[in-house]
Amino acid sequence: MAIVAQSTKFGTYGRPILAWAVAILFFFPIFWLVLTSFKTDADAVKPEFLFFFTPTLDNYANMTENYDYWRFATNSIITSVLATAVALIVGIPAAYAMAFDPSRHTKDILMWMLSTKMLPAAAVLYPMTFLAKGIGIYDTHFVIILVLTLVNLPIVIWMLFTYFKEIPKDIIEAAQMDGINTWGEIKEILIPLAWGGIAATALLTFIFCWNEAYWTVRLTTTEASTLSALIEGNRAPEGLFFGRLSAVSAAAVGPIVVLGWFCQKQLVRGLSFGAVK
Amino acid sequence: MGRIVLEKVVKRFGETEVIPPLDLTIEEGEFAVFVGPSGCGKSTLLRLIAGLEDATEGKVIIDDEDVTQVSPSKRGLAMVFQSYALYPHMTVRKNIAFPMRMAGVPEAEQEEKIAAAANSLNLTDYLDRKPGQLSGGQRQRVAIGRAIVRNPSAFLFDEPLSNLDAALRVGMRLEISEMHKKMQTTMIYVTHDQVEAMTMADKIVVLQAGVIEQVGSPLELYHKPRNKFVAGFIGSPKMNLIDGAEAKKHGAATIGIRPEHIAVSTKANKGAWKGTVGVAEHLGSDTFIHIHGIEGCDPITVRAGGDLEVKHGDTVYLSPDPALIHKFDDAGLRI
Repeated sequence: MAIVAQSTKFGTYGRPILAWAVAILFFFPIFWLVLTSFKTDADAVKPEFLFFFTPTLDNYANMTENYDYWRFATNSIITSVLATAVALIVGIPAAYAMAFDPSRHTKDILMWMLSTKMLPAAAVLYPMTFLAKGIGIYDTHFVIILVLTLVNLPIVIWMLFTYFKEIPKDIIEAAQMDGINTWGEIKEILIPLAWGGIAATALLTFIFCWNEAYWTVRLTTTEASTLSALIEGNRAPEGLFFGRLSAVSAAAVGPIVVLGWFCQKQLVRGLSFGAVK
Repeated sequence: MGRIVLEKVVKRFGETEVIPPLDLTIEEGEFAVFVGPSGCGKSTLLRLIAGLEDATEGKVIIDDEDVTQVSPSKRGLAMVFQSYALYPHMTVRKNIAFPMRMAGVPEAEQEEKIAAAANSLNLTDYLDRKPGQLSGGQRQRVAIGRAIVRNPSAFLFDEPLSNLDAALRVGMRLEISEMHKKMQTTMIYVTHDQVEAMTMADKIVVLQAGVIEQVGSPLELYHKPRNKFVAGFIGSPKMNLIDGAEAKKHGAATIGIRPEHIAVSTKANKGAWKGTVGVAEHLGSDTFIHIHGIEGCDPITVRAGGDLEVKHGDTVYLSPDPALIHKFDDAGLRI
C-alpha cells in the first residue's frame, strides 16, 4: 500500500517537475543561442546574463549578405536527403535479409557493423582525405553523400533490423505461400508494416547527416560545404563574434528543430514502440 | 490432384535431427491429421511439405512431381497458420484477393471469387474491415478464405484453432470438416488436440520425436493402438495403463483398459478390483471417476453413467471388460 501511495505522489508532482527540469536543462542552450543571435556583438560578449536588450536583425542580414547562407543550406539539404535515401536503399534489403533469412554469421556481421562506430573518425581522416583528393572527389557532393551514408549505415541497419524483427515471420511466410517474390515481400509487406520504424530511422539519419560536422568540414572547402561547415567557418580570424555565430548556428539548427517538432510523434512512436504492435 | 508423398525425408537443424528418415503417403482428397505432443515435429513436417523448410535429405513429391527444391509459392498448396498471418495493413477484401493478385488473376474473376468465398464464410459484411477489427473466429475465416480462392491442390492447416476459445473451436472444426466434404481437396491438419484429430481425420498420423508411431483411421487407432504411446495419446480420458502383477495375469508387461470399458459398482465384492474414489467429475452425461488403491496404476480413471452417485472416499468395485483389454510387451509394443 505504502509503495502505491508513494508512487502516486511521485506521479502527480515529482514526475512532472523532473520532466520540466530536464526539458529546461536541454532547451536552455537553444533558447540562449536564439536570444544571442538577436544581440549586437557588443551585447553578446557581456559577461552577465543579459535578458533585456535592444534586439537587432543585423546578424541575420550579415549572414545572408556576406556568407551566402542559402548555398550552404542547399548543400546541407542535398547531401542529407540523398545520404538518407541511399542509406535506406542499401539498409532495407540488408536488414530484411538478416531479419528473415539469418545465417549463423548474421550476429557477427551486426556486431562488426556496430564496431565500426567505435572507430574514432580521426583514425581514418588522412586516408580518407588523400583518397578523396587522389580520385578527384574532394569537395564534391558525392564524397559527402558517400561518407554520410557509410557513417550512418550501421545505425540504419541496426534500427531497421530491430523493427523488421517485430514483424511476425508467419506473415512473410503466408505471403511466400501466396506466391510473392522477394521484391514483392519488401514492397507489399515489409515497408507497409514497418512504415513507422522506417520513418523514424529516416528522420534520425537525416538529423545525423544534417548535424555531421567532422567530415563535412574536413572534406570540403567551398563547393560542397554544408551549414555545419558554415558555423565552423565563423570562427573568424579576427576573434569570436558571438552574435554572428549565434545567428548562423540558429539558422543551421532551425530547419532540423522545426522538422523534429513536426515529426516528434512519429519519432517517439518509432523509437519506443517499434513497427507493428 | 493433391497426392502427397514423403520419401525418406530427413530434417536436421544443425546437429539436431528433428525428423529421422520418414516415409508417408497422403492420398488425393484425404483429410490427414498430424497429431502429437508439442515438439514432436508435426509442424516441421507440415512446413517441409509447404516448402517453408528445406528437407535435409529425401524427397517431397506432390502429384508425382518432385518438388523438394521448388519454392513454396510454386507447389500449389495453401496454408492456414495458427496466428492467422493476415496482412494487417490490408482490408479483408485485399487479404483474400492477395494470392489471386500475385497469380495475375483478372480483376473481374477476383471479385467473383471473393464474393463467393465471403458468402460461404459469412464474411460479406466485413470485406472492408481490417483484420484488427475482427474477432479471432472471423480472422481465421479470412485466412481460410485466402486459402480457398487459390484452388490449391491441398490445404495445409497448422494448428488453426488453437487461438480460439473452446466453443468457437467446435464450430470451426465442423466448418472445416464440411468444407472438406464439399471440396474433396486433400487437407493436412496439424494439431496437438486428439479430439480434433479423432473427429476430423480420415487418416491420423501420430508422431513422437519426429517418428511416426502409427498411421491409421481414427477407429483403428482407438481399437488397435500399435504401442503404449498411441494407446495413451488417443482417446479421452486417457487409457489406463497398468503394470505389474495385474498385467502379468494377462501375460503382458503392461495392460491398457480405456475408462469407458470398465464397469463400476458400489456393491460389495462385485468386480475384479477394489478402490477408493478420489475425485468424481460429474459432467451430466458422464461421470469421470478417479479411483485410488489399485495396484500398478494410480489413479485409475473410469467413465461411468451420468447418474452414478459417488463421492470422495466411497469404496467402489471395478470390472474391466476382458475382451477390450490391450496388452503390451516390455518394449511397449502391442501383443
